[in-house]
Amino acid sequence: MLNKSASHAEQADTTGQEFLVFTLAAQEYGIDILKVQEIRGYDSQSVTRIANVPPFVKGVTNLRGIIVPIVDMRIKFNLENVEYNHQTVVVILNLQSRVVGVVVDGVSDVLMLQQSQISAAPQFGTAFSTEYLTGIGTLGERMLILVDIEKLMTSEEMALVENAVA
Amino acid sequence: MSAGVDLSQFFETFFDEADELLADMEQLLLVLDIDNPDIDQLNAIFRAAHSIKGGAGTFGCFGHLAETTHLLENLLDFIRKGEMPLRKDMIDLFLETKDVLTEQVAAYRNSEEPDVAAYERICAQLRELALEQAGGAQAAARPAQQAGPAAPQAEPAAQRAQPSSPQGEDAVRQAEPAVPQDVQAPGGELPLRLRVTSVSAKDADALAAEMALLGDILHQEKTADSLAVWMRTTASSDDLVAVCCFIVDAGQVDIAHEAVPQQARHASTAVAAAPAPSGQATGSASAAAASAAAASAAAASGSPSQPRAEPSPSQPAGGRNAVSNSANEKGKPAATGAGSGSSSSTIRVGVEKVDQIINLVGELVITQAMLVQTASTLDPVLHDRLLNGIEQLDRNARDLQEAVMSIRMMPMDYVFSRFPRVVRESAAKMGKQIKLTTYGQATELDKSLIERIIDPLTHLVRNSIDHGIETPEARRAAGKSPEGNLVLSAQHHGGQIVIEVSDDGAGLNRERIYRKALSQGMAVTENTPDEELWQLIFAPGFSTAEKVTDISGRGVGMDVVRRNIQGMGGHIQLSSRAGQGTTTRIVLPLTLAILDGMSVRVGEETFILPLSHVTESMQPSADQVRRISETEYVLHVRGEYLPIVALHNIFAVEGAVTDITRAIAVVLQAEDVRFALLVDHLIGQHQVVVKNLESNYRKIPGVSAATILGDGSVALIVDVFALMRVTRDKAMI
Repeated sequence: MLNKSASHAEQADTTGQEFLVFTLAAQEYGIDILKVQEIRGYDSQSVTRIANVPPFVKGVTNLRGIIVPIVDMRIKFNLENVEYNHQTVVVILNLQSRVVGVVVDGVSDVLMLQQSQISAAPQFGTAFSTEYLTGIGTLGERMLILVDIEKLMTSEEMALVENAVA
Repeated sequence: MSAGVDLSQFFETFFDEADELLADMEQLLLVLDIDNPDIDQLNAIFRAAHSIKGGAGTFGCFGHLAETTHLLENLLDFIRKGEMPLRKDMIDLFLETKDVLTEQVAAYRNSEEPDVAAYERICAQLRELALEQAGGAQAAARPAQQAGPAAPQAEPAAQRAQPSSPQGEDAVRQAEPAVPQDVQAPGGELPLRLRVTSVSAKDADALAAEMALLGDILHQEKTADSLAVWMRTTASSDDLVAVCCFIVDAGQVDIAHEAVPQQARHASTAVAAAPAPSGQATGSASAAAASAAAASAAAASGSPSQPRAEPSPSQPAGGRNAVSNSANEKGKPAATGAGSGSSSSTIRVGVEKVDQIINLVGELVITQAMLVQTASTLDPVLHDRLLNGIEQLDRNARDLQEAVMSIRMMPMDYVFSRFPRVVRESAAKMGKQIKLTTYGQATELDKSLIERIIDPLTHLVRNSIDHGIETPEARRAAGKSPEGNLVLSAQHHGGQIVIEVSDDGAGLNRERIYRKALSQGMAVTENTPDEELWQLIFAPGFSTAEKVTDISGRGVGMDVVRRNIQGMGGHIQLSSRAGQGTTTRIVLPLTLAILDGMSVRVGEETFILPLSHVTESMQPSADQVRRISETEYVLHVRGEYLPIVALHNIFAVEGAVTDITRAIAVVLQAEDVRFALLVDHLIGQHQVVVKNLESNYRKIPGVSAATILGDGSVALIVDVFALMRVTRDKAMI
């Protein structure tokens, strides 16, 4: 019965959206699951360093024949304790026909959030500049910071896209 | 006709075909000998126009295209039948028409309406030419009509008609046109005669039924395998052919305006000798020729039969309206020949699909290399079969890769074929006589390169026409033939392709370049060797043209050419001798997808150097290294001092060998600059699959691309030109 009503609710509320939840320094963030291509373990051996680029660009790796840049979010946002362990993962994102890998502390969940569970983005500082946030998701005790990952990764400050770097 | 069928899915194919046909048409027009045109070529041009018209008509929504090709087709039809002498201005007009058609196709492709002004202008010109012909034809018909027994005009016509006459009685039955019953009838009122050959009785019935729907059937004749129908209809002959095409091939159908042969059977007893011209002949058989033939035949047999010898003046008009889906001998084999030649032996495949295959094969090669690497540690005795298998795989993968790469290869003809037009027009504009010769059209080059070589090459050709080759007077004065020679050639040379543009013109003017260089403050002296001086014309903003012309001389040319060529991983050289001409030589890699590389190790990192730039490598000895400043060293190699560039400095590699005498110096050449690159070790030479960095990331300074090594890791390919600029900038400081 319960399941049934849940699925009814799902059908009724078409504004629900699924998010991939990842952690950076104990804070949980959510990104649109549709932008995520896959999740891989981080293997520093397979990442080729590139000279003369910002330190958060770890380099490029071979993803089944495609050369993909790897960006470490923790370095980009000046988090402490940047360590690479068995929990460190690379989220491979597919953005505007580009493929980019993002290093995060871990991936915890995939959650469905209804529009009612999302509130406006806070004006206080998070790791991300507020212009890349789409809102705050609440799920019981948990708080997710929802990030517009596409906007962030193609932004000028990430320097991943040619024309953004004039 | 097309109710319920979405034709738009076929548009793309039609556009592609139309583009190809137009390209063919242009080429044929350019090679056409005006004084003595080749009938096969004329037929081919005609067919191209006809096919486009047919396609455009079928879809029904490309009105401008259909109308323009229709007018063009009519004119071409007169020419190929010899009713209209070919003139140079016609070729010009046809070429212009081709351009308009190309634009129309492009417009329709983009779902836009084509340029109406251009359409109307070109149609008006075509109609004018057609009118000219109509006037001429009537004039020609009159003498034929009055010709009498020995009319010279009638003679050739009779000869033309004769081949079909031996069929005697049988032929006469089909020889209706020679027996115009209703001589007074104006051509416009003659009924339409539709003849279908090689058709089964069942199909013939079906066709007759179809025709009955389109108009009033006046008369029909059936033989074992042919059907002839006389009808009055408002439908155009094109429509009739289109309807017939549902049952038979267009080639089997022949339509003309013709009188109903009420007395045809009587005629067979009357004059057995009457030749049967247009029954068999080209569907459009000129009625003038037919009647002239009849006239002379009658004269020959000595039995002047007035009605026959007197052709109706209006008949030529009727004959011209004939649709020339040339029924028999002439039309059919040629048409099928052209069709099967191009369509059955090729498949049209999207470039993405090919690229996907190439990528997959690249993957396979990498995986295979990985296997080889892993297997090399195994005991060959214990794993004999596995190792054999891997060796086999190695060979197969390599063959497969080669075969797949060859799909992308296109012949240079794709580029060269557009130059006859360029030369013809530019030469005419400049008042020069130029003969273009091309060699090595079959030389193959990667598709992406071939598309990028067009612009630089066009520029070089225009330069040769504009500055290189002199005017006929100047050439005569210099003791040369007034006709200048322009030679385009392409050939494979090692793993590279060499493309040359050479002319036998005046050559570069040393004095003028020298003065220009001085005035621009360039470092030149009287003694600067020619070769170095010539390189200056590749400098930005350098043009020695006395006047800026439509064709060249703005000084933005040669540096762009050189940059384009370098962008393709090639280089450009120039040699010139005063009074004898100039040769520009472009050297390009065959493909951008695979590169012969030398892998080198610096610290813990591996880099790939393009082998085409590596001239030698050595371990420098202490006495070869000279220090010229705090951080700069040069390497003394056989009397030459080469700047030393340390790869670990450029890419900030840690843990690299810093002692020059313990490192390896690889001597690299980029254009005319040579320098020594310091690396730790040489690993080996191998072919690498070039992977674009920009597709997911962005351009990295000093790196041209990346590749994937046997162990699956990514290695960066060093951009030698960028390193060269680094050394050059250093030298300037």
